[in-house]
Amino acid sequence: MSTATGALSLNLRVVHSLGMRSIRQTFRRPQLMAPIVLIPTLLLAIQTGGAGSAVNLPGFPPVQSFLQFMLAGAMMQALMLAGNSGGIAMAVDIEMGFTDRLFAAPISRFTVVLGRLAGTAALGLFSALWFLAIGLAFGAKIESGVAGALIAIVLVTASALAVGGIGAAIALRTGTASVVQGLFPLIFVVLFLSSSFFPQELMIEPAKTIAAYNPVSFIVDGIRGPMISGIAGSDLLAAVLAIGALIALGLWASARALRHRLRVG
Amino acid sequence: MRAAALPAWRANLATIGALVSRARNELVRVPGAAIPGVLAPTIFFLGLNGVFGALTELRGFTTESYESFVVAVSMLQGAGFAGAAAGVNLARDMEQGRVDRLLVSPAPRWVLLAGIVVSSSARALVPATAVLGVALALGAQWPGIDGLLVAYGMVVAMAAVAACWATMLALRFKSQSAAPLMQVGTLAVILATTAYAPLALLQGWLHEVARINPVTQVVDAARQGFVGGVNWAETLSGVVAAAALLAILGALALREMRRTAA
Repeated sequence: MSTATGALSLNLRVVHSLGMRSIRQTFRRPQLMAPIVLIPTLLLAIQTGGAGSAVNLPGFPPVQSFLQFMLAGAMMQALMLAGNSGGIAMAVDIEMGFTDRLFAAPISRFTVVLGRLAGTAALGLFSALWFLAIGLAFGAKIESGVAGALIAIVLVTASALAVGGIGAAIALRTGTASVVQGLFPLIFVVLFLSSSFFPQELMIEPAKTIAAYNPVSFIVDGIRGPMISGIAGSDLLAAVLAIGALIALGLWASARALRHRLRVG
Repeated sequence: MRAAALPAWRANLATIGALVSRARNELVRVPGAAIPGVLAPTIFFLGLNGVFGALTELRGFTTESYESFVVAVSMLQGAGFAGAAAGVNLARDMEQGRVDRLLVSPAPRWVLLAGIVVSSSARALVPATAVLGVALALGAQWPGIDGLLVAYGMVVAMAAVAACWATMLALRFKSQSAAPLMQVGTLAVILATTAYAPLALLQGWLHEVARINPVTQVVDAARQGFVGGVNWAETLSGVVAAAALLAILGALALREMRRTAA
């Protein structure tokens, strides 16, 4: 019993240390930080000013402002880019041989992945707080109050973990930073084909139909709902299920990729 | 021996040509490196069109086709990325010591800068043509020969402006870490215009910024053939704005290049 507790405690310490390293690495490297904060903030500012008149379109959901509507999309964008940045950093670690040194250490190998995911989740938390602060500073109201804000924070953090798992799996499988970096445009494809930036009902075909089935739409609608109206159980459940499915997919793919990495070296 | 006998202007042209050839070789030998530069503006074009296409239903929107409205913006975005790529490549060359060899050559600094700028302008034609092809296939209005020439002229000019900006940053920071600043800078200046909607429909800070942002004139000039006809007053405004930006950023990049010691 005490051995199991000791092993768990050791693994948690490893996850904590690697998670902190991952966060520090991101904050120190502008090329990793810029996609998480700079690009989503810039696009939020520009899309709010550029497409803000859209709230006058027939069929647009009742919102206080376009900024209020867009906050969830900006968070989604930031967390997906955080997942990608985490994958890039992990691939750089593999290229530089740092991961090999970790694999040689007397620790559970999966803690190496979990440490990276913990760091990515923390960056997701940071991006949720960042965009909530920006929204509140520029007059956006969170209609469901503190509870709505907390729901958004939890969903964004969990989603970052989910996307980070997929990024880590690709990094472990390929071991090449440039391949993970090449996914950057794909993230925007997934975002544009979801309800991240506009109500799905008002999008143009075929984006409209694809967005209706895109899991990112379920997640972003779950984050947005409490911000623009109230807490709807069905939206929240759909978001939780989508995030849960992505986390399961990310962890399964990471575990498989880790086995592959250990086999090929 | 033979090169020494060349008049200065011909030697300078030959140096610019050599730098352009080197950039072309990079593109031909590593075609994969050009894919992100083509893919990003194309994805933005398709994405903006799918997401914000309904904006044309707003009263005051100047066209019924959002494809036609945003195609020029995406072409200019491609030009911005091509210019930024020049800065990233220069920073990479500095990290690897290749720029030192250029700096000790007898070529004047402005010739080295011109080589980078001309390469970027030529490279920008690739994403612009890809975006144009996709847009026309999706039903964007044919801009006419005059509209097309103006649009491509603005693309070439925007790439030159972005290359000067990125070169200045590359010489200042001497590291590829400055890449996000180069890319985000060009993206911001192009999007903080009438990129998403006509000026009258822009809101808040963006309306004020777009009104005074000279790139708005460049965007409007590039767009005019796609949403109506070519208006020479609007073309002239675009040419003047692009020339002014090129003169200012070119001077700053050249100053940075002169400060850089081999």
